[in-house]
Amino acid sequence: MKYSALKIFLEGLSGNQGWKKAWREPDPKKEYDIIIIGGGGHGLSTAYYLSNVYNINNIAVLEKGWIGSGNIGRNTTIIRSNYLLPENEPFYEFSLKLWEGLEQDTNYNSMVSQRGVINIFHSDAQRDAAVRRGNAMLLSGADATLLDENALKNLCPYLDFENARFPVKGALMQKRGGTVRHDAVAWGYARGADKKGVDIIQNCEVEDFIIKNGVCSGVVTSKGKIHAKKVASCVAGSSSKVMSKANMRLPIESHVLQAFVSEGLKPILSNVITFGAGHFYVSQSDKGGLVFGGDIDGYNSYAQRGNLPVVEDVCEGGMAIMPMIGRARLLRMWGGIMDMSMDGSPFIDRTHIGGLYFNGGWCYGGFKATPASGYCYAHLLATDTPHPVAKGYTLNRFKLGHLIDEKGVGAQPNLH
Amino acid sequence: MIIPHPYLGPRDSCEFVYKGDAALLFRPEREDPVDYDTFHNYLYLRNNPAGEHKELWYHEYGDRSWLVITRNTETHEILKVELAVDYLKAQENGN
Repeated sequence: MKYSALKIFLEGLSGNQGWKKAWREPDPKKEYDIIIIGGGGHGLSTAYYLSNVYNINNIAVLEKGWIGSGNIGRNTTIIRSNYLLPENEPFYEFSLKLWEGLEQDTNYNSMVSQRGVINIFHSDAQRDAAVRRGNAMLLSGADATLLDENALKNLCPYLDFENARFPVKGALMQKRGGTVRHDAVAWGYARGADKKGVDIIQNCEVEDFIIKNGVCSGVVTSKGKIHAKKVASCVAGSSSKVMSKANMRLPIESHVLQAFVSEGLKPILSNVITFGAGHFYVSQSDKGGLVFGGDIDGYNSYAQRGNLPVVEDVCEGGMAIMPMIGRARLLRMWGGIMDMSMDGSPFIDRTHIGGLYFNGGWCYGGFKATPASGYCYAHLLATDTPHPVAKGYTLNRFKLGHLIDEKGVGAQPNLH
Repeated sequence: MIIPHPYLGPRDSCEFVYKGDAALLFRPEREDPVDYDTFHNYLYLRNNPAGEHKELWYHEYGDRSWLVITRNTETHEILKVELAVDYLKAQENGN
């Protein structure tokens, strides 16, 4: 069924009785060409691009819970491509271009809103860094605009420009950045993959890999053994847990990141604002809630909930840069498990085990990468060669010294 | 989280800096013949378990002691706290 405005109109006339389920609920077959472990954003987009671009349809997506129940349903929905390093920026720009065509591609309303992402700076040195980053972005075909103090005042008059510790001196803005309705991304990809024959199997936990003579030929699940020519792990925060079943240790620590929503307010924020110096970033959802977050809690965690000191720190950051939100009440907060890698950059790679592939290490930046991650993982699975924009995301880069460390803090995951 | 410090009693975890897996205490010796894989594995790979985890916490805003804390990463429950030196001694005696 193709969704359209006319369809909505006609369904309205007939009491909305004609809508069908957006994807099937099949039982697993005995064998597939490719098994994708993890029905989150990245797993579903991998299945979508495999079936829609690379014409491989004999695929199963295995999900332990329900699809979209992990980080795709827990993030702060921001998309942008404002990276610095040459291994990262082309990848994220590729992702942003895919975001721009996503709704037409998947025929699903993902509410892609290019409202602009603003990164505030406070000093000459930070301005220089912003200019350098902006130039790196332009070189990769992305857009970047440097805003001086007055230009930023016109856009965001409510910022605390005279802040004693962090006076606001301007910002680097990416106008094509913005927000996307996160759940709809998972659903749109699921529907598009299912339409091509991909089996999305929920409530199916992978318990073990079937590995013989260094080759993986399937998985043992809570719904029985399933064989496949290729097995692709794509489970974000649970990466170490899943890959340990193949006796692999990863350059990853799992950490908890909290996010917050205030009560609904009238429209006040028209952009995404990031206040890096104070560990705070915010946008306003279409329902009116301020959606905001800050730093990870900083210790290994699989708990999907954090501790109160970080809540206080994030709210202090918000109050420091945007005193006007002081009366808004916090409505909800939650945590997601981040697969923090040793250099802050992700992996899309084969493993040393034949037929076993790995996608992970997205840290707290996986959402914006969802389309490109799936596309590049699909490319790797279909062709056994890395996609040109994801060549740097190898598992052995630490051994070779080719780290992709945007912040330059080294192998200390809670600092990335 | 409240961390029961062996000398100072219950302390807010905000006073501490988190370093990571306590396995970082066992660095391969520099004098050893250069074994690239061993050092790579030490520096970059982690067990990252869901469940019990022995980890290093530094009491920066306190008595500046290094602690080895056994904590459940699924519940944040703290199961054991010991000074890193005591932990190291126990490990060495165990070996």
